[in-house]
Amino acid sequence: MPAKVIVLTSGKGGVGKTTSAAAVAAGLALRGNRTVVIDFDVGLRNLDLIMGCERRVVFDFINVINGDAKLNQALIKDRRNDNLYVFPTSQTRDKDALKRDGVERVLDELRENFDYIICDSPAGIEHGAITALYFADIAIIVTNPEVSSVRDSDRIIGILASKSRRAENNMDPVAVHLLLSRYSPERVEKGEMLGIDDVKEILSIPLLGVIPESESVLKASNTGTPVVFDEGSPAGQAYLDAVARLLGEERELRFLKPERRSFFRSLFGRP
Amino acid sequence: MRLLDLLFPERRNTAAIARDRLKIVLAHERASASAPDFLPALQKDLLDVVGRYIEIRDDMLRVNVGRSGETSLLEINVELDGATIKPVKNGAAKPRPAAAPIAVAKPDPGSHPPWVKPG
Repeated sequence: MPAKVIVLTSGKGGVGKTTSAAAVAAGLALRGNRTVVIDFDVGLRNLDLIMGCERRVVFDFINVINGDAKLNQALIKDRRNDNLYVFPTSQTRDKDALKRDGVERVLDELRENFDYIICDSPAGIEHGAITALYFADIAIIVTNPEVSSVRDSDRIIGILASKSRRAENNMDPVAVHLLLSRYSPERVEKGEMLGIDDVKEILSIPLLGVIPESESVLKASNTGTPVVFDEGSPAGQAYLDAVARLLGEERELRFLKPERRSFFRSLFGRP
Repeated sequence: MRLLDLLFPERRNTAAIARDRLKIVLAHERASASAPDFLPALQKDLLDVVGRYIEIRDDMLRVNVGRSGETSLLEINVELDGATIKPVKNGAAKPRPAAAPIAVAKPDPGSHPPWVKPG
């Protein structure tokens, strides 16, 4: 199977792109796929922290693009899963250091060694974000059920349809999927938050998964562990379901019923 | 009555408001994303020309590019209701002073003339 390039993008910042990129990459690796996750957010790198390898960064994406380091010097092998590699970016350069032909050369080299290449896009629609999505075969649009996030997602979907490599070369279009994150069933039930059907109808792209708002996501980022490694986490399970759907399996949506707290629990807090 | 309001506050479904606002704004943005770049400049020039004959505010003239069936349409709407006709001396009136920069024309589904089918 030829390697697939997957971009996680959103337009808006703070919706959970990096958390989702780490979770999807780790999920694909757990399913036995050789996977590398690349940080495209030059100057504001954070994937290394979320993946828990921030102290092992020596060379980065920009060093490899510029020929200052070899690919295998910059790739960081995950300590929890042998199939998983992290490709950190530079913290000191700016986004213009991402030259498109250099990125293409590095991606081509990665294609020979990996099944999945996950690109964690920066926010916005500037050079860095466009470069991150340009080579994608598959795009996962990370969206929160909130007006500004949905609007920016719509914008990014338009850009994928017009400015990606597949669009420019009249190839099959990028396969676009919706990943709805920070979803709160309680608030949807109260009419305070856009529901799954609302967002699906507005963006009209297929739904890959719904990630419930979950305390475990912050705990996972505190410790530098992709949330899928936390087996008790609803968000982690929801990400694993999304990965299974990405691999072509059918999975029911889970964790969408409001959690009913008993009177005693609400009195004494969570057990 | 006030006491009842306090006891049973009205539940506003803000998610439905969000959904409706998004649908409207995205319909506009998707249409204008495919609009050519020259529309604002064209709109400004048209305002200058029309403004020589009629007192017209910037928001009374709208330029859209759209489709009606097989035909591409350049659609120019000039709102005349309430506009005053300028007295014309010696052929043409003086060009109006340079207008402030004009916002990009946003297609408005409600503003189509009767012969254009929206969408």
